[in-house]
Amino acid sequence: MLLIRCPYCAAERPELEFTYGGEAHIVRPQNPSSTTDDEWRDFLYIRSNARGIHYERWRHMHGCGRFFNAVRDTVTDKFVMTYKAGLPRPDQAELEAARS
Amino acid sequence: MSTFRIPGKGRVDPSKPVQFTFNDKTYDGFEGDTVASALLASGQHLVGRSFKYHRPRGFLSAGSEEPNALLGIDHGPGRVEPNSRATVVEISQGLKTISQNHWPSLERDVGAINDVLYMLFSAGFYYKTFMWPKSFWNKVYEPIIRGTAGLGKSPTLPDPDIYSSRFAHCDVLVVGAGPAGLAAALEAGRSGAKVLLVDEQAELGGSLLSETDGGIDGLTGWAWLKASVDELAGMANVTLLPRTTAIGYYHQNFVGLCQRITDHLASAPEGTPRERMWKVRAKQVVLAQGAIEKPLVFDGNDRPGVMLASAARTYLNRYGVKVGASPVVVTTHDSAWLAAFDLARAGVKVVAIIDIRPIVPAHLTASASALGIEVLTSWTVTGTKGRLRISSLRAKPIHGSAAQAREFACDTLLMSGGWNPTLHLFSHSQGKLEWREDAQVFLPSKHVEQSRCAGAGNGDFGLARVLAEGAEAGVDAAMDAGFTAKASIYAVNDELDMTGISSRELPTDRNADTAKAFIDFQNDVTAKDIRLAVREGFKSIEHIKRYTTTGMATDQGKTSNINGLAIAADAVQRPVPSVGLTTFRPPYTPTTFGAFAGYNRGRLFDVTRKTSIDAWAEEHGAVFEPVALWRRAWYFPKPGEDMHAAVARECKATRDSLGIFDASTLGKIEIVGPDAAEFLNRMYTNPWSKLQPGRCRYGVLLGEDGFIRDDGVIGRLTHDRFHVTTTTGGAARVLNMMEDYLQTEFPDLKVWLTSTTEQWSVIAINGPNARNLLAPLVEGIDLSEEAFPHMSVGVGRICGVPTRLFRMSFSGERGYEVNVPARYGRAVWEKLIAEGQAYGVTPYGTETMHVLRAEKGYIIVGQDTDGTLTPDDAGLGWAIGKAKPDFVGKRSLARPDMLKTDRKHLVGLLTADPKVVLEEGAQIVLDPNQSVPMTMVGHVTSSYWSVALGRSIALAVIEGGNGRMGETVHIPMPDGTLQAEVTGTVFLDPENTRLSA
Repeated sequence: MLLIRCPYCAAERPELEFTYGGEAHIVRPQNPSSTTDDEWRDFLYIRSNARGIHYERWRHMHGCGRFFNAVRDTVTDKFVMTYKAGLPRPDQAELEAARS
Repeated sequence: MSTFRIPGKGRVDPSKPVQFTFNDKTYDGFEGDTVASALLASGQHLVGRSFKYHRPRGFLSAGSEEPNALLGIDHGPGRVEPNSRATVVEISQGLKTISQNHWPSLERDVGAINDVLYMLFSAGFYYKTFMWPKSFWNKVYEPIIRGTAGLGKSPTLPDPDIYSSRFAHCDVLVVGAGPAGLAAALEAGRSGAKVLLVDEQAELGGSLLSETDGGIDGLTGWAWLKASVDELAGMANVTLLPRTTAIGYYHQNFVGLCQRITDHLASAPEGTPRERMWKVRAKQVVLAQGAIEKPLVFDGNDRPGVMLASAARTYLNRYGVKVGASPVVVTTHDSAWLAAFDLARAGVKVVAIIDIRPIVPAHLTASASALGIEVLTSWTVTGTKGRLRISSLRAKPIHGSAAQAREFACDTLLMSGGWNPTLHLFSHSQGKLEWREDAQVFLPSKHVEQSRCAGAGNGDFGLARVLAEGAEAGVDAAMDAGFTAKASIYAVNDELDMTGISSRELPTDRNADTAKAFIDFQNDVTAKDIRLAVREGFKSIEHIKRYTTTGMATDQGKTSNINGLAIAADAVQRPVPSVGLTTFRPPYTPTTFGAFAGYNRGRLFDVTRKTSIDAWAEEHGAVFEPVALWRRAWYFPKPGEDMHAAVARECKATRDSLGIFDASTLGKIEIVGPDAAEFLNRMYTNPWSKLQPGRCRYGVLLGEDGFIRDDGVIGRLTHDRFHVTTTTGGAARVLNMMEDYLQTEFPDLKVWLTSTTEQWSVIAINGPNARNLLAPLVEGIDLSEEAFPHMSVGVGRICGVPTRLFRMSFSGERGYEVNVPARYGRAVWEKLIAEGQAYGVTPYGTETMHVLRAEKGYIIVGQDTDGTLTPDDAGLGWAIGKAKPDFVGKRSLARPDMLKTDRKHLVGLLTADPKVVLEEGAQIVLDPNQSVPMTMVGHVTSSYWSVALGRSIALAVIEGGNGRMGETVHIPMPDGTLQAEVTGTVFLDPENTRLSA
């Protein structure tokens, strides 16, 4: 069972307290009606399915209730880092720092 | 009886005799014995029949790796467990054990015919043998295979034991309490770290219990062991857990431990759990699991009496049992010589030591000579004889002729193919393995967790090295956990340096492809099976494993994996690491379901949610059904009524006068804030801005993909406060979805969401007399038609308690939903029942609710929809706020596939025979005469007998259904095809006159 750090509670807690929320940084278009069918399809269904570093959403369901983002390695399952919803993707330097 | 027990030897307690039975015959043993050691003390080697060939089998090992000696263990009614390893089951007074997989008896087993027909049962025989005739499969082959398949008999009674579980945290978890694990635990314990030391055996000590030649710090091995265990037991920061198996190693040093608490006791105090599952989060882990001796592969290596040399040594030194009177040893490794020497010194006449190696250390041959044991180096064993026990073997010089072969009479054959480190937990943790060609073993390489390996499990043998490594691992683990420690230095004397080689199959002058040279004893896989699999094209060890089933038995190949892999590698002519090792998976040894379930059984298996009115329903004879996690009243039968009669009565009473229904399970979400209406505009299909306080509206919630997710009536209490209802099963999902959008897509909105499902009891009052019942009981709300029309909500009091009163209907009758704080639910319900007697008030359950709503074509999300229906598909297009620029799912409704006319639409069905009630889920076809498989165009989603209409009704989804009104469709059933006419979904009162009647 993984331990997950909630960036809002600033605490590491067992996986049981959390629920998974799909890939992160998929932004709902400001005006969905103006998107093309292909753009909307991509928003709905196309996901990166990464082998390795994956940006994803989690919710501290049985804690503070907040949604947040995480970087996780899908090969090892391990979390690299977590960060608050709305923050940009961490850059390479931040990932390296989190890994060391 | 104990003719093979050596008085004064071993660690069993002769002052505490224990009687148990094996196949109804009573055997004597001592406290400290396993079933295996006690049976061997009586000379009983034959204990079972093998899985496939029903060959007689005895004990291969003395530990948890045992593949052969699987017994049924009977601790009393309900406490029966098949396939228990006799080598680890401790005896207790009155224990019953039975052998398995034979008929009519262990000694005479009809199934042994398979052994003669072995050519039929080669690798992959399932795939080859039962191919034709096709018709034989169902009636002949499968029943026979099922009848003979499996090992042991499952228990038939419920398990009367209790099982517990607990979480634990520690600084250092040490797995294995042999010399390395003890040394590690001592250092970590002395540093002050919180230490857990676990070992699967009844007694801590590991190899120290069996190998008695080395001394430590001037003490004998046993004396040092006692001093060490005493010291550890005296440390408050150390927990010792014998009889505890580390079954799995998961992410971030999470380790599962299964502790056996009562199985070894003749009787346990009432309430003691049988086993306890520990879920441990350790800062640091030390793996000191030791090593398992490899069997040698040669013809007839499975006969009772053929066993691992280390096992013979364990039975002798630890249990005081000599495994035979005339043993021969065959080996590629020095350690088997020591077993022979120990036996000889205990007075056993060791017939010969046969070593495959041309050169063995001189000190071994010297000792053998001094003990009068014949030594044959560069010799091999080519076969054994004996029906129920080995009686002789044939040996010959590896490079000699058949004429030089010799027959040795013997009653036991002790073998050793060297040692294989136990890597299971390390592999569970995703640690990387490295192949050592010289030693022919995989060793731990890169750790991915905060762990370290020590001792034989690290490929290092010899007491001095093992102790040093254990001490170092304990120090490192303690330091990494934040403590200060320094490794002790141990002085070891009398230790011999162990050497050996690894052999594939032993060399033979006979045909290797007719030899029964077993690799996997439990699944009856031989060396020729592996070679056959390779010849048939299987090159990866993962494929070879599945085709031959090697390593797939309950022992997970603890004694067979490396032999199988080496022989496969030779057959495919590739190096071992490129053929690959199969994956070790938890649990390390078979673990009871009870231990995994822990407390979560019976009433504690899952949550049962009950409303505050549930107890009234129970007292009044309700039949219940589960709905999501709730228990809901299904119907209220009167004496003599079946469900059909009760539901018909409840429906009629509601439509004629007055029905009352507990709707408390409805999901409820309070949505509050200045932007509450805007939030609802964005979430639901309907427009909410213009909904006036005091009014309510039916809302439809879509996913972003445009499909219906949930629905419910939403009341506006004030400008900034909405009372939202959801389906019973959808409440948590809807709240999660709303939170998701509010937190991540619309964080600009000032809105607060609160689950209020359990805060309100909801009593639905339906029927022409609904207002007549309520009016005298309600204060503060004018219930007149003008002031409180259909789809109104008001706040006031009922029966003297606060209420949110909705006027709405899920039945088609005049309807009200009385929300009161949950603590008043039952009181208000009882008052309404009492006052309703004047109108013949009838409590009804979910079944009547379903019928009433279906007669009106009101859908149930999740029953009439299945996640592929849009509002238009479900006939709810009217609920879409067309003028709204956006809501969740709106854009998807304009995707090309959503606009097709042949989508499945929700329609009504009226059967040609009005008495026939269709089966929910039945498939619908357009042409009943087409060939099978038919083209299915839809299915029945809801179907009931309607007492109001005097006939059956049904709802269904059908391709292009809206364009098929009046058409006949066909429903093929096992006993004939039914016809039905496609209709609209509203069967009763399409003008809605009854809502205000």
